[in-house]
Amino acid sequence: MIISIASGKGGTGKTTVAANLAVSLETPVRLLDCDVEEPNLHLFVPPEKGETETIKTLVPEILEDKCTFCGKCETLCQFKAIAIIAGTAAMTFPELCHSCGGCFKVCPEDAIMASYRELGTITRGYHQDIELVYGRLRVGEAMAPPLIKKVKSHAPLDRVNIVDSPPGTSCPVIASISDSDFVILVTEPTPFGLHDLKLAVGAVQMLQIPFGLVINRSDIGNQDVKDYAASIAMPVLMEIPFDRQIAEVTTNGKLMVRELPDYREKFLSIFEQINKIV
Amino acid sequence: MKELVIISGKGGTGKTSLMGAFATLAKNKILCDADVDAADLHLIVEPTIQSRHDFQSGRTALIDESRCTQCGQCRDLCQFEAIDLDFQVSPVACEGCGVCVHFCPENAIDFPINTCGEWYISDTRLGPMVHARLGIAEENSGKLVSLVRNEAKAIAEKTGADLILTDGPPGVGCPVIASIGNADAVLVVTEPSVSGIHDLKRILALTEHFRVPAMVCVNKYDLNQKLTDDINAYAMNSHAEALGQIPFDTAITRAMVQAQTILEYDPSSETSHAIQDIWQKVSDRVLSQS
Repeated sequence: MIISIASGKGGTGKTTVAANLAVSLETPVRLLDCDVEEPNLHLFVPPEKGETETIKTLVPEILEDKCTFCGKCETLCQFKAIAIIAGTAAMTFPELCHSCGGCFKVCPEDAIMASYRELGTITRGYHQDIELVYGRLRVGEAMAPPLIKKVKSHAPLDRVNIVDSPPGTSCPVIASISDSDFVILVTEPTPFGLHDLKLAVGAVQMLQIPFGLVINRSDIGNQDVKDYAASIAMPVLMEIPFDRQIAEVTTNGKLMVRELPDYREKFLSIFEQINKIV
Repeated sequence: MKELVIISGKGGTGKTSLMGAFATLAKNKILCDADVDAADLHLIVEPTIQSRHDFQSGRTALIDESRCTQCGQCRDLCQFEAIDLDFQVSPVACEGCGVCVHFCPENAIDFPINTCGEWYISDTRLGPMVHARLGIAEENSGKLVSLVRNEAKAIAEKTGADLILTDGPPGVGCPVIASIGNADAVLVVTEPSVSGIHDLKRILALTEHFRVPAMVCVNKYDLNQKLTDDINAYAMNSHAEALGQIPFDTAITRAMVQAQTILEYDPSSETSHAIQDIWQKVSDRVLSQS
């Protein structure tokens, strides 16, 4: 099973829910941090011995001694990653390349050689019985989805997989939550939270994945999020009140289910509700 | 004319609430919401849309069944697994690279341009605003960010505005890179948590990489005083200047519910004073740059 945690709005508590849910479960769990721009899960469930590998993507390098500057690669490339200048020189812009492989295939002179651009790293390790896989986008790298897909490739179904997604609803989120069996949306009951929740619901409905809601800091703001959830029959899986004790625990990178053990039952109940729905 | 971009690395640290407060304080400015993926500023400033424009960017492959012989070359070439066994293209998976379009021996693949969002020029009680809405699951957010920033700049030049206030997206990837390039300065809003600090370090590495001057302020500082001190010390030892701190205050949420900035809702509160103090420093530094 793959359960993804998503939110639309940032900072609503996705990582808190992912880490606490994972630690609550008695079945074998794998946590996948797909928020590769700002991965935080490892701060809450640090792996004992993590192994890190560098992830690269294919980009072209043009061999000028073979290139006739015919311009076929430049015409094919939709991303302006190749420029032929005045029929006498060829330039590549590897940071713009989407690794479609088109230029290699279209070149009639075999003048394009494989080169690589570093996307970031993936680290794998264990925090007690929990397997953790997290991606870390290289600072300066623009494209998160290829690295997210690599993180997701480490999710065989031998364990319950819990995916922590980035905020928003654009391509990195879709790359993170697609193929999930269930999506837990985490929001706060504020106008910003509600607005971005509606966008996230739109994304999950488009992918036709069943979903439910966790309302964090549930006693601030207003009733509108609950009214909205009721209006679309979205189950509310859990509510977490605002509490300085919880803030103290989570800001320090600790887990509610360990420091405030009453919460373990509540996180377990999320999982039981999901099992009934899926 | 200068541009200040508000970013955070970590989401939910209070960028947009602070942006709204700054919009109340700043004179002769243009507002720009560059968080096109989950734009929220309009919920506070309630814009009246003056003009609405389609955002067109990128293309998606579309197989014409009447011409397709199901030879399978497109599927073999596609690096994004976007073509299924029934020769249907998944618009979500399609990267718009055009390789299948080019190599299809039957010329059976069309390649229409995508309309992937809308952008707007609006009036608000706090000044003109440029904002946008990227369609759900769409790509090219970086291009839409660049577009709204360029439009804001054009309006600022036309009207003689002194400042563009830009609300940026979370993260360090494509839309963030697009929102800070060539900005005069960025203000990073962080929070005192292990996640906040972790993400602050990455966003400051990014601003350094692109050589954009950075300032830092800590929101909800009293939720963890020790980590607030750590952040201020870290900023001092890096290239960023620590400008101040804002307390955790549920009045910010109550203001949001009323579609007001905290400066409009409760101008004499400790929170509003702290923000005014930070704004004074930010505007001194940004507007005095040569």
